[in-house]
Amino acid sequence: MDFITYFFACFTPLKIALMIGGAVGGILLGAAPGLSPTMAVALLVPFTFHMDPAEGLILLGAVYTAAVAGGSITAILINIPGAPANIATMFDGHPMARKGKAEKALYLSFLSSGVGGLFGVAVLILFTPPIARMAMEFGPAELFWLAIFGVTVIAGLSSGTVVKGLYAGSFGLLLSCIGENPVYGVERFVFSDMLTGGISIIPALIGLFAIPQIFTLVETIGQALEKQSFKAQKGVLREALGEIIRHPRQWIMGSVVGSFIGAIPGAGGQVAGLIAYDQSKKMSRTPELYGTGTPEGVISVESSNNATVGPALIPLLTMGIPGSPTAAVLLGGLLIHGLFPGPELFTKHADVAYTFIASMVVAQFAMAIFGIMISRYSHIVMNIPNIFMVAAVTILCVYGSYSVQNSMDDVIIMFCLGLCMYLSSRNSFSPAPVVLGLILGPLAEDNFSRGKIIAQTGDGLASYFLTGGVNMVVIALCAISIGWSIYSEWKMSRNNEARRAQATAATAASLSEA
Amino acid sequence: MKKLLIPFCLLALLLCGMSGAAMAAYPDKPLSMVVTYPPGGATDFQARIVTTMSSDEKFFGQPIVVINKPGAGGRVGWNWFAEKAANDGYWLSTYNAPHFIAQSLVFKDSKFTVDSFEPIATWGADPAVLIVPKDSPFKTLKDLIDFAKANPGKVTVNGAGLYVGHHIAMLQLAKAAGIKLTYVPEQGGTPAMQSVMGGKVMAGFNNLADAYRNRETVNILAIADLQRHPFIEDVPTFMEQGVEVDNSSVNYRGIFLPKGTDAAVIAKCEKAFLDMFNDKKVKELMVQSGSPMHVLDRKQTAELFTKVKKNLEELLKDIKE
Repeated sequence: MDFITYFFACFTPLKIALMIGGAVGGILLGAAPGLSPTMAVALLVPFTFHMDPAEGLILLGAVYTAAVAGGSITAILINIPGAPANIATMFDGHPMARKGKAEKALYLSFLSSGVGGLFGVAVLILFTPPIARMAMEFGPAELFWLAIFGVTVIAGLSSGTVVKGLYAGSFGLLLSCIGENPVYGVERFVFSDMLTGGISIIPALIGLFAIPQIFTLVETIGQALEKQSFKAQKGVLREALGEIIRHPRQWIMGSVVGSFIGAIPGAGGQVAGLIAYDQSKKMSRTPELYGTGTPEGVISVESSNNATVGPALIPLLTMGIPGSPTAAVLLGGLLIHGLFPGPELFTKHADVAYTFIASMVVAQFAMAIFGIMISRYSHIVMNIPNIFMVAAVTILCVYGSYSVQNSMDDVIIMFCLGLCMYLSSRNSFSPAPVVLGLILGPLAEDNFSRGKIIAQTGDGLASYFLTGGVNMVVIALCAISIGWSIYSEWKMSRNNEARRAQATAATAASLSEA
Repeated sequence: MKKLLIPFCLLALLLCGMSGAAMAAYPDKPLSMVVTYPPGGATDFQARIVTTMSSDEKFFGQPIVVINKPGAGGRVGWNWFAEKAANDGYWLSTYNAPHFIAQSLVFKDSKFTVDSFEPIATWGADPAVLIVPKDSPFKTLKDLIDFAKANPGKVTVNGAGLYVGHHIAMLQLAKAAGIKLTYVPEQGGTPAMQSVMGGKVMAGFNNLADAYRNRETVNILAIADLQRHPFIEDVPTFMEQGVEVDNSSVNYRGIFLPKGTDAAVIAKCEKAFLDMFNDKKVKELMVQSGSPMHVLDRKQTAELFTKVKKNLEELLKDIKE
């Protein structure tokens, strides 16, 4: 086993320092809204030009892992996801923080990130050949169905108000049409130069989630004096560990979903997080608690988005096809040292390849430990008076939206979307389905268009999209997902009715007694 | 007295700033370079390599900061650069020919033409190559052309997007061989490569450097350039195989400035960039990473733009109708 021989090679003082530095730096970079893991790694690649290949990769790997986890800090504390992969972290993480459990939510997030990350790296070490083959099976038809599977999650994200959720999701899909269609080169809804490039995800994300949040804070600013103060509590870490042990289904589900989706080029962490959240909700014994601040939600999402990291490297290392945008940037870090991905990487440059993979294992621990240490100070953020919070969050919103493409247009788009969202949130529309539509729209549409072009040269649309093993599996998953949503909705309404009937009976009984 | 202190300090600061700007030679602050593609792409990656030595006193003595403005195949960045970038010499942009030239001809929302920019220098040339999956029935270019002749429109060929070098190469091939091909635009070179490897399309045009790295999984049938390439000496050009596809589709990468930049600044930039491109360390990094280099000065780059524009006008005339 080559892996074990090289495992100990990553324990030199310099390499350990790089891993720790990378983990801490990555957490902080990931926590800054707008600075996605991709951006964080891209910023560091030039620094590795002058390093030894193994050391450079160790640094990049540690930053990648930690940045994915770091995005949860802002998601939990101030309801702004640090990166698209952390969208679903907010659903339960932020309610937990508002109940005064920010520290616990962060511990849970870093612990489950570590668990998911380790799972992902284990998949990378043990199952590289079959996963690489599976990744190659995904063409336009398969990716289209995967996107549709993601769309079925909309219903699950908005239980109780399914119709409003579907409206919001459709609005998101419509927003995703803005800009140039990359397959036909046609422009749609570009009535202003600002929209030539379409609406990018991160400004939209910030606008939809953070701006309504700011307005709400402003509304309650008069009550700022009564804000309760949170103190650092003891024994929270043990409590969080207990939650992880008590909910194995959530992190197993999250890790498996994350590993699969991570390996498929073109899908990525944001899709993994949302699907894992939805699936774990469906499997949970207490689905009604999701969205109100249940630890299960945080565990499933954070384990899944970090589980994408390892498998995203599989197609990269074996074929030079990066499984995620961040892996694409990492490719640069390999190439600069003359390390060409492919089977030869593991024979000719085994020392570098295996040391890198081994360092990913150690980096998970570094990330979890330092993440937990940073989380200890979370109560300070929660105690900031609203009036300062509003200013700080607004600055972060502007900075985060601007930094994605260095464009003021994005800041304006962010504010416009935010204002629309604030007004519609008063009518109990939620932003999550909008973002989901925005993310999945291009994935579904472009792959459908590409598939259509290819299908028309062959046997036609029906046989192209409806045959083939992977297609059948994903279509079946879509059907199960929709069926399950209908079933649980029906069950919930029946329970409600039963409860109401019971209540009326009870009142009637008490009345007759009287 | 105390009241006057702060305004006085501010005034002093202001004066410092003014005299600095007036006296110091260009450049006296970091330069910004727009890259019109997202981080991780070949252009972004190579741009970061060729500018890595910039803060050395031999060159600019100031760092060059890469700013990614991706979108609409590069048009978002180039539109911004043509319309809004200051022409004081502190804003540079990478160019990709034939991409930006083809887009200026085809899309009506392009806010630029070849004449909107001052070419400075070129660092690289990545020819398009025709690739097929390893187990493809097409063993030679002739196999593919014969099949396409018998089955018009049935051959799917992909590339990195619309009106990029790969698309141009495919149009040239179809025109020269008198065949009908179906083009599948992908979201970048890497997904295009993956689709070919996975056999999702029958063939594809891709970057020479990427195809060269993936020779385990794809076969390279021909190279769309005037001569063979040292990376793949055994692969013939299209011309050698009797198909008139020239080097119009070669992806040239380099630097340009906005129109109206001061002549002295242009001269300084040209010299600094050419020196950087020819620097030993930069060359070593480019060779190591398998990025094909091809250095052209300002005059040669301008000639290249004119030539590519002429060829493209000819080629795209038939498509636009």
